Amino acid sequence: MKFFEDIDTRPLLLVPVLALLAFPLIGSGSTWLTLTVAGLAMGMIIFIMASGLTLVFGLMDVLNFGHGLFIALGAFVATSVMGAMGDWTGSGEWWRNMVAVLPAMLIAMAVAAAVGFAFERFIVRPVYGQHLKQILITMGGMIIGEELIKVVWGPQQIALPLPEAMRGAVLVGDAAIEKYRLLAVAVGLAVFAAQMWVLGRTKIGLLIRAGVQDREMVESLGYRIRRLFVGVFVAGSALAGLGGVMWGLYQQNVVPQMGAQVNVLIFIVIIIGGLGSTGGALIGALLVGLMANYTGFLAPKVALFSNIALMAGILLWRPQGVYPVANR
Amino acid sequence: MSTNLLTLEGVHTHIGAYHILHGVDLVMPRGELTLLLGRNGAGKTTTLRTIMGLWQASQGRITLGGEDITQLNTPAIAQKNIAYVPENMGIFSDLTVKENMLLAARSAQHAAQMDEVRLQWIFKLFPAVEKFWNHPAGKLSGGQKQMLAVARAMVEPRDLLIIDEPSKGLAPAIIQNMIEAFQQLKASGVTILLVEQNIHFAQQLGDTVAVMDNGRVVHAGRMQALAEDTALQQSLLGLAL
Repeated sequence: MKFFEDIDTRPLLLVPVLALLAFPLIGSGSTWLTLTVAGLAMGMIIFIMASGLTLVFGLMDVLNFGHGLFIALGAFVATSVMGAMGDWTGSGEWWRNMVAVLPAMLIAMAVAAAVGFAFERFIVRPVYGQHLKQILITMGGMIIGEELIKVVWGPQQIALPLPEAMRGAVLVGDAAIEKYRLLAVAVGLAVFAAQMWVLGRTKIGLLIRAGVQDREMVESLGYRIRRLFVGVFVAGSALAGLGGVMWGLYQQNVVPQMGAQVNVLIFIVIIIGGLGSTGGALIGALLVGLMANYTGFLAPKVALFSNIALMAGILLWRPQGVYPVANR
Repeated sequence: MSTNLLTLEGVHTHIGAYHILHGVDLVMPRGELTLLLGRNGAGKTTTLRTIMGLWQASQGRITLGGEDITQLNTPAIAQKNIAYVPENMGIFSDLTVKENMLLAARSAQHAAQMDEVRLQWIFKLFPAVEKFWNHPAGKLSGGQKQMLAVARAMVEPRDLLIIDEPSKGLAPAIIQNMIEAFQQLKASGVTILLVEQNIHFAQQLGDTVAVMDNGRVVHAGRMQALAEDTALQQSLLGLAL
């Protein structure tokens, strides 16, 4: 098929290969299925958070270590919105829960997008093309953001319980699959599909893909790539905010430092995927999610560095990530 | 309307600590093909990049149709109806040939909105563009990429085409197609600025010529006059046409 002739399919096999390799080690089919779904759900949430960052790097060569701020912000906004809608989250009906969760997601995305806009304008823009300064100033921006979160919401951990109908599990054979993880997979797939549609079917998407490869040529064709970059930065921040809500509900609590904690995972994902590659980020996120869950079960002591080992292994195979972007 | 479309007056360009252009003066008559000749390192590519705003002129003035474009950024300059083909061709390898063409067609949002008559004209000149329409551009050969780069510059009508070494590495048969394409473009009134090392290619196309050396234009005149003056060719280019 022409589609498969044009796409390098080998990286696509990494996810099923990792899952199949884990099966004999885990032994029990039901445990394996539970862990696999948990890993895919975690991976999908990480993908939502990471997909904007990979495009930001790919498009303008900007190393944004402050991306975690938008994640934390999204999660904290969700605690306020959902906290104010206790009657709805406490209901056992799905639609009532969604009436609380959807506004929380939308408001979290809007707040993260607005802060992302200001972050790009005042923190990132003055240091275009200067990697060291980008790392320092964006990390500084995240620290300030964390402190501001403490000022608004306090320094302590805040609970973000799952709405009533999203708790519990469904049984598939002997395997218990948490309902929320299925929802996370569905939301992640929807975000991925939407991104693929924008990137693959619209002129804006075409410009983003071209800009990731050769921004100078895109400008020579008459397009203002800085405006495009601001749009991608803001959209990436909004997605990070959405990911923050999903991650907060996944952990069922939020702390001001959560952005910095998740940042490490996100950078592993975009490096594995190939900087600037959305499809690569999805594969990287799924691998990281699965690896974290399998090692957490099989060898908890190595779980902490298992994803670093995964990244090192993949970079030995493909030094530019699984889907390196051409011309970079 | 001025008879000159593009004018450079005393243009200097610095790249970091290096002073590359030392006061370039160049006049491009409207509707003609101007050749920029010179040895490697003479400043030809830097001149094109400075016109496009990819490197900012540190001194001097560049005007397009009488309008000063010296301080404009690259997208604003390109939007003045200029198409630019860089030396490395600027092909987006991960995109298909169709997507590369669509990007250059600024007025089209979808492939279906591209000018079909113009596309057919391009396909006739460069059949590889049609043959590999839905293939990733990265899989094309060097010559096919060069054809795509020029085809992309032709996808919409432009007033000025700026092309850096279009014949580089091309087979003779493809060079002939390229010559035909430029002749047809010229006949349609397009002004073309071409950097070229292939002297025979240049001779067949050029109306006016500017020879550069050490970041300056050291000779400007009609191509015909240069072609007929062997002594001048020897002194400027170190060879006879």
